[in-house]
Amino acid sequence: MIERDQVLHVARLARLSLSEEEVETMVGELSGILEHVDRIGNLDLEGVEPTSHVIALENVLRPDEPRPSLPPDVALAPAPEPQDGAFRVPSPQAE
Amino acid sequence: MAELEAVIGLEIHVQLATKTKMFCGCELSFGDEPNVHTCPVCLAHPGVLPVPNEQAIRYALQIGAALNCEIAPRSIFHRKNYFYPDSPKAYQISQYDIPICGAGRLGDVRIHRAHLEEDAAKMIHVGESGRIHGSGASLVDFNRGGTPLVEIVTEPDLRDAAEAAQWARLLRETIRQLGVSDVNMEEGSLRVDANVSVRPAGSEELGTKTELKNMNSFRFLQRGVEAELARQRELVESGGTVEQETLHFDPASGSLTSLRSKEEAHDYRYFPEPDLVPLVPSEEQLREARESLPELPVARIARYQEMGLAYDVALTLATDPRTAGYFENVVEAGEGIEPRVLANWVTGELAAALRQAEVDGGAADSRISPPDLAKLVRLVQEKKISHGSGKKVLAAMVKGGGDPEKIVEREGLAQMSDSGELEAIVEKAMADNPDAVEKIREGNNKAIGAIVGAVMRETKGRADGGEVNRLIQEKL
Repeated sequence: MIERDQVLHVARLARLSLSEEEVETMVGELSGILEHVDRIGNLDLEGVEPTSHVIALENVLRPDEPRPSLPPDVALAPAPEPQDGAFRVPSPQAE
Repeated sequence: MAELEAVIGLEIHVQLATKTKMFCGCELSFGDEPNVHTCPVCLAHPGVLPVPNEQAIRYALQIGAALNCEIAPRSIFHRKNYFYPDSPKAYQISQYDIPICGAGRLGDVRIHRAHLEEDAAKMIHVGESGRIHGSGASLVDFNRGGTPLVEIVTEPDLRDAAEAAQWARLLRETIRQLGVSDVNMEEGSLRVDANVSVRPAGSEELGTKTELKNMNSFRFLQRGVEAELARQRELVESGGTVEQETLHFDPASGSLTSLRSKEEAHDYRYFPEPDLVPLVPSEEQLREARESLPELPVARIARYQEMGLAYDVALTLATDPRTAGYFENVVEAGEGIEPRVLANWVTGELAAALRQAEVDGGAADSRISPPDLAKLVRLVQEKKISHGSGKKVLAAMVKGGGDPEKIVEREGLAQMSDSGELEAIVEKAMADNPDAVEKIREGNNKAIGAIVGAVMRETKGRADGGEVNRLIQEKL
């Protein structure tokens, strides 16, 4: 069972602002997810490997060969406030 | 109260010297114009997929082999979630519960784990913009973002600051000799953080630790840890308790300041990276990693100590493989001479002579061949020339190379064999320095130096110091 405070904590970590109504909804939905995981936890999973990935692939790698990078002006084009070739952002300390 | 014991563990970030980034083909660089090595992957544009660099995996396996780590048969990447402008995805791809390298050891220190991850971008804080008070800004340069890193975490096996710095040097040298990183602390390709705590001596429990960051030299590492240990000892001895926190070391003032971080800052909500499939090293890759290892410093130090070298000399050679190779050639040519004596000539007299002559490079680049150096040492050992003359010959060899015997002949440096001649010179030197003679008679043995010095000047260093001493004592 998820408490209201836990919902607010997770929302803060994810930088989400939730309305009072959304908090209530989330308490219910997140609790439902945990209950589902609990049900799986009650199954007899002796000898079943934990699943971290659902596709049966391993070692997909690339050779260490340089590929062209973006021209800086293209890289910076979506930046609202470029400065001196860099992405200017509000100082995180000011937060 | 029982005496407090220091408990120190280190976390070392090593930037791998690959050509390209960890998950994209952008080139690695240092000191380039900002944002010239970026692409949709390392800028985290929507819909892109990371693909690991196989050379980074190879390097990580080599580090694992060098640190005697257990290699995970199957390891996976995780997302470490946090919001900060140096991380455009709002998570760092790292490894969590199944790192590529597990438990290992280097020297006396156990390795807890070593894992692969990507570096963050570089941020420059530019302060106030002027319009609104307190509205500082930062400039983000993504050239470094996505650089492959191996993070090595030790067990808390270190017991004082000097030991921590010395072990960190050994680790750096080991990584350097693997050739997998530039290990340049000033440029940040090797970064060391320290976890520091104190506990009553003999206790098995760990005290509350603090994490020290930003020590970009071994000297600062030692100073930072010393300062923090002193702070914790004082705090605990006066009845206080240590708070878990991250401390930033300021090299200018040598002080530590707390980085006040919100409680949830460490709540990273790791979960398996769905865009990357597991790493399963093949037998062949593991064998290749083991076989690629050169003789590493720890093994070299042990071998040299068995040959009779002092630890410090063995360490000096082990951290300089080319000079070590030179030393081994000298040993081969100098059969019958103790390796310890030859090592002292290589790391002592020869190194000093090269410095004196302002010659670039080490012994291996010098004009002195290993057999010639061995020959010179043999002349000194057999007392054909004095130690002082040996250094003069060495200085001549540094300039022009050549056979030491011929230089001895040319410069007339052969040890004085006519003891009658030497006796006369000693007598004269004693007569010229009555004050010194008086002092020696009164038991001040240091005064003998004045007379020995006068004899050496007169003989241009060709006299055997031991013989001169003997003669002086005889004539008192």
